[in-house]
Amino acid sequence: MTLLSDSPVDTATTELLNFSDVAMTFPNGVTALSGVDLSVKRGEFVTVVGPSGCGKSTLLRIASGLTSATEGTVTVGTNRIGYVFQDATLLPWRTVQQNVELLAELNGIKKAKRQAEAARAIELVGLSGFEKQLPKTLSGGMKMRASLARSLTLDPELFLFDEPFGALDEITRERLNDELIKLFTEQQFAGLFITHSVSEAVYLSTKVVVMSGRPGNIVETFDVPFAYPRDPEIRFTPEFAALAGEVSLALREGHS
Amino acid sequence: MTRTLETPVAATAARSSTRRRSRGLPRWVPPVLVFLGILAVWYFISYVVLDPSVAFLLPPPHTIFTEAFFKPATLSDILVALARSAGVALTGLGIAMIIGVIWAVGMSQARWIERSLFPYAVILQCIPILALVPLIGFWFGFDFPARVIVCVMIALFPIVSNTLFGLQSVEKGQRELFQLQKANRWTVLTKLEFPAALPAIFAGIRISAGLAVVGAIVGDFFFRRGDPGIGSLISNYQSRVQGPELFAAIITASVFGVLIFVVFGWLGNRAVGKWYDSGK
Ligand SMILES: Nc1ncnc2c1ncn2[C@@H]1O[C@H](COP(=O)(O)OP(=O)(O)O)[C@@H](O)[C@H]1O
Ligand SMILES: [Mg+2]
Repeated sequence: MTLLSDSPVDTATTELLNFSDVAMTFPNGVTALSGVDLSVKRGEFVTVVGPSGCGKSTLLRIASGLTSATEGTVTVGTNRIGYVFQDATLLPWRTVQQNVELLAELNGIKKAKRQAEAARAIELVGLSGFEKQLPKTLSGGMKMRASLARSLTLDPELFLFDEPFGALDEITRERLNDELIKLFTEQQFAGLFITHSVSEAVYLSTKVVVMSGRPGNIVETFDVPFAYPRDPEIRFTPEFAALAGEVSLALREGHS
Repeated sequence: MTRTLETPVAATAARSSTRRRSRGLPRWVPPVLVFLGILAVWYFISYVVLDPSVAFLLPPPHTIFTEAFFKPATLSDILVALARSAGVALTGLGIAMIIGVIWAVGMSQARWIERSLFPYAVILQCIPILALVPLIGFWFGFDFPARVIVCVMIALFPIVSNTLFGLQSVEKGQRELFQLQKANRWTVLTKLEFPAALPAIFAGIRISAGLAVVGAIVGDFFFRRGDPGIGSLISNYQSRVQGPELFAAIITASVFGVLIFVVFGWLGNRAVGKWYDSGK
């Protein structure tokens, strides 16, 4: 496990996810995606922005195997996939520790090992000291941290996020963005992140993908040149503003 | 003119002052006042309204104690009968819990099973059990098993429907979480659906507990063989026109019904109260 350098894009180029001309039409006739080409390589953090209802969640569900596409080919280069849902989906009867252990438990990992893994993940997301608490006693941000920790126990190579911070307040969201960047640089997963916030997209990722309205397809892709770990102040630089402006423009054009 | 103007003002003032006063009272005071009021009406009817020849219709409250609860022979009759009925009710409830949960779990496993079996749960609830009681006597005798069967039939539906509702109330995201790890049905049932359903199951059990007590008493009225329960005792006291004893038996049965409801409520709270937000 080597730490990634400033520019993770260069370190490795294994493709962990590839969509080639993927389309998805639901049985009720709704076409959610059409002609989607997308690739996520090791060391990349790809963010997808698009109007609501354009098929972003569908894209992730196809990537994770929850649904299959009706057309095109999807290649997944790993079976260690983390998936973080929009809401934390913690089991309310389990403590934080037990919730974080859940996925390892479902995969039949021995108790001692999964406890150690959960402890490490809880430490990584900054929830130490809250292990014995029940979800209902946690704030929204802490629930999301627990949810992240739960997926981290899988030691994912490909990490899928479906608008995980969408329901959080601005300050919590920014803090979690920074922690996610830290996790990304330390844990070496590839990320595919969905958001409706342009600034979050530019701040987090190595690449921003803009989708059009339904049926969703990719209208434009932007490379983000900023180095990791990212300084929160870059949000106020002209370069950041210019890139965010371009993304917003593409988003607006794809929408109309 | 002046009077009609003044009256509403006075009335408002009086109302607001009583409200202010009642806010200062401890919470147990109003129900106790109601209870005392009922006692007063009760005594009034027993002593003033009713002719002494028909006083047994509503014996004065204290005679329920002096002539029934405080008489060791009567008290032991009532308690022994209550214990038997409690045995019937709890056995019936236990069986209803097992059958009900298994039935609901079966239905939750596949749409077609639910579609084939749920109508029977509804029918079971809709058929007048009283009409079936003679048949049950015919088939199963007039003894303990017949009484238990009546309890089971009465107590089954709330458990079936609540458990099924609980099992199906699992959030989609939580289900997908398990699906992503390729969890099998048994794992999903034991680690997700069943724990999620527990609050609903306990709510069902609490309703059924009260119904099982009713079932045990109803059974007593129809099945006269075997050890008489509190229902038989009630019907004996009734036919012998023993007013105070009759009231004592009825009060005991009612208190038992309330008690069993409270106990199962407490058990449910112990089991799921810590994590379950009932206010949600
Ligand atoms: N299971 C489904 N059956 C039918 N239509 C669906 C289903 N899931 C999603 N859709 C439709 O597909 C479109 C895209 O949905 P989704 O991927 O959730 O959008 P997003 O996440 O971008 O908001 C929406 O119009 C939605 O109504
Ligand atoms: Mg979505």
